[in-house]
Amino acid sequence: MAYERSQFRIMGDRSLLVELGDRISPDVNQRVRELFVMLEKNPVKGVLETIPAYRSLLVIYDPLITNTILLQHQIKDLQKKSEVVDTPEPKTVEIPVVYGGEFGADLEWVARYHKTTTEEVVQLHTAKTYQVYMIGFTPGFPYMGELPERLATPRRETPRTTIPEGSVGIAQRQTGIYPVESPGGWHILGRTPMKLFNPLQIPPTLLEMGDLVRFFPIEEGEFKQWQQ
Amino acid sequence: MAAVETLEIVAPGPLTTVQDRGRFGYGRYGVAPSGSLDSFSLRVANLLVGNDENEACLEVTLFGLRLKVLRDVAVAVAGADLQAHCDDMPLDRWTSHILKKGSAVSFRGIRCGCRAYLAIGGGISVPQVLGSKSTNLPSRFGGFEGRPLKKGDILSSNSPRLHLETGGWRLPQALVPSYGSETHLRVVFGPQDNEFTEKGRKALLSYPYRVSPDSNRTGIRLAGPIIERRPDVGESIISEGVIAGTIQVPGDGQPIIILVEIVTGGYRKIATVITADLPLLGQIKPGDAVRFKEVSLDEAYDALRKKEQDLKEFKETRSARP
Repeated sequence: MAYERSQFRIMGDRSLLVELGDRISPDVNQRVRELFVMLEKNPVKGVLETIPAYRSLLVIYDPLITNTILLQHQIKDLQKKSEVVDTPEPKTVEIPVVYGGEFGADLEWVARYHKTTTEEVVQLHTAKTYQVYMIGFTPGFPYMGELPERLATPRRETPRTTIPEGSVGIAQRQTGIYPVESPGGWHILGRTPMKLFNPLQIPPTLLEMGDLVRFFPIEEGEFKQWQQ
Repeated sequence: MAAVETLEIVAPGPLTTVQDRGRFGYGRYGVAPSGSLDSFSLRVANLLVGNDENEACLEVTLFGLRLKVLRDVAVAVAGADLQAHCDDMPLDRWTSHILKKGSAVSFRGIRCGCRAYLAIGGGISVPQVLGSKSTNLPSRFGGFEGRPLKKGDILSSNSPRLHLETGGWRLPQALVPSYGSETHLRVVFGPQDNEFTEKGRKALLSYPYRVSPDSNRTGIRLAGPIIERRPDVGESIISEGVIAGTIQVPGDGQPIIILVEIVTGGYRKIATVITADLPLLGQIKPGDAVRFKEVSLDEAYDALRKKEQDLKEFKETRSARP
């Protein structure tokens, strides 16, 4: 649940971790987003950048300009003053996915694990709208939830050393997309032709924290078309 | 400003990359800062050849880099002593040198430290990607075509001729850091120090930890006495933002010092190396020992102010020269 009062944790002499709740949940994550937006709208002297996550915001500061104690006061004051925060309306992004085959190497394993068909796994994965809780791991990787209970799957016992760009994976009650080729331990259900990270654009990522995502299935033959 | 060719890579060594101070402000998109692992040496090398202190340098790892000089150019080498030579003359570190067209630069082997920074008067002309010239190695963008340098690559610089008067500039001896086989790092406890046992916290401060060979620009892996966590807490935590210098402890109890190629993590962090000591992280190599000492936040802030003041004084004397 969300904490009544934010908890502050010291991460060295140039960052402060603000914890807003004790678990992964949409309402705790919304509190993180509110504080993130609040600090964007009311810049605090010495704050260089903030990194939002599931239940916390990491505030990175210039220790030659400010310090932990001052920052804690300023953040608490901001939270008191602005009880209601207008966060921007999240955008909804629809993401095409080729499920299974060489694009989704673990689809059949996941179906067997849940004693069901690959069709049902796809149906379950595409039935929900997911919330982007945070971007991390690699540039543009969206951690999204909650996966239907019925699809909750442990991570792979042995992580793969390379997962191709665009791979759509699941782990526990989360789903995510690998924007660049990287190692990873999630079960891969399919692959999207959409580009999630482009360092030559600002913003460099398709998705941001707070966005809503829906997946829909496409045929393998359509993959190339979507890439253009 | 016209960019002209200055250096050609004859042999790249195990890892040579283009790095500036880093790519900041994109952590929310999962984009790591990258950048030099030893920002002190990078800044000094740049200042010695009359560059902006944030300009990109070559980050040279260990040994083996060889270069051909394509036109008269000012260079400075700072950081690790990798026995840099120009033809057969040793290139003193922390000093600006004028190299003649046609000469050959080589890094012959490690005497101390791990990474040397080679600054070129006029900088390195590569595009800024998300506000930085640094190479993001895991995601392959920025720097020189998003990759380590290889044989045949040619570096260009902006108006190198304008930097030739810097020859002989030198960092005062008092500011030259020394690198040994045991590095002492000052840390501030947190953010999850209270989720380790008293025994675990003591272990971190009491024993030397050995740097393991699978360390890289993402993290320095250490081996030593187990840092024990409280029995009532699990192996991992809910992922959160991280910064360079923070010491995470995975399930096996062996600490990893996070470096610059990652922005989030899911393990507990017992302590964080203070900003003033971060440049030392770039000079630790496999086989070295590391010892940690706890300091207060105020001591950490003071240590940084002192270091920045020293650098500021050096900058002022440098600009006062004719």
